Amino acid sequence: MIPMSHYLIVSSILFSISLAGIFLNRKNIIIMLMSLELMFLSINFNFIIFGNYLNDLTGQIFVFFILTVVAAESAIGLAIIVVLYRNRQSINVQDIARLKG
Amino acid sequence: MNVEIIIFYIFSLLLLSSSIAVVTVNNPVKSAISLVFSFFCSAILWLLLNAEFLSIILILVYVGAVMVLFLFVVMMLDINISQAKEGFVKYFSIGIFVFATIAGLLSYFFYNQFDNSSKNIITSIDLIGTDNTKNLGYLLYTEYLLAFEIAAIILLLGIISAITLTLRKSATNKYQNPSQQVNVSKSERLRIIKDEDREK
Repeated sequence: MIPMSHYLIVSSILFSISLAGIFLNRKNIIIMLMSLELMFLSINFNFIIFGNYLNDLTGQIFVFFILTVVAAESAIGLAIIVVLYRNRQSINVQDIARLKG
Repeated sequence: MNVEIIIFYIFSLLLLSSSIAVVTVNNPVKSAISLVFSFFCSAILWLLLNAEFLSIILILVYVGAVMVLFLFVVMMLDINISQAKEGFVKYFSIGIFVFATIAGLLSYFFYNQFDNSSKNIITSIDLIGTDNTKNLGYLLYTEYLLAFEIAAIILLLGIISAITLTLRKSATNKYQNPSQQVNVSKSERLRIIKDEDREK
């Protein structure tokens, strides 16, 4: 069997990679959304690991709801990106500062 | 060496390297593909953690729907890669710094806090049987029924908002104009005619 701390280290490295990815790709909003997805993945990882550790299925239920909310979030985010591209012809993050009603 | 250990190390290495590829590769299409691959690897790791239903959900919902949506949007938009990669070198050092700090601290904490004997991971969680899907369904439809229905409403919200954001008004479609409807006066709609036969 694999010790629990190894799983936790993998998920924490995954979290820091995605956090660094948001820092590195400050201009490209699509890569930022993908880093966000990776971050959610590592958090789900932690939920499953601790659910296993505490012998409780609630962790997996939480992962279920997080997956639902993230799917809705990414659909709305991509719709916003499409509208932004239609209006500005670019997906530069700095153009979002000019989004006014 | 146990087979499980070999699978764990191979797929966690693949997961971490493909997630590094997601944030560093130039082409957004390639980074979306590597994101798909990292989802696959983590689904296999979830299988090792006895979360069978969730790993299948991750592949079906994430790889099948969400990542296809991502790829669709990435290919539909014409992204200026050189402009998008602007600042990558500038922020590279701070990105490495953030990565090293957080990964180091978290790994140090997890390595010391949880003891490394292998008895920590419990093989399966049995609620009403050994079937993971059955147990999850039982819990979902009894204790978390309200949360389940709220999740359905959130999905409906996602559908409606995504459609209304991207809907384009075309000239051939017929629309109602509410302000015109409200401002209509009685004389525009109602005409009083005299019934001459009856008056005779």
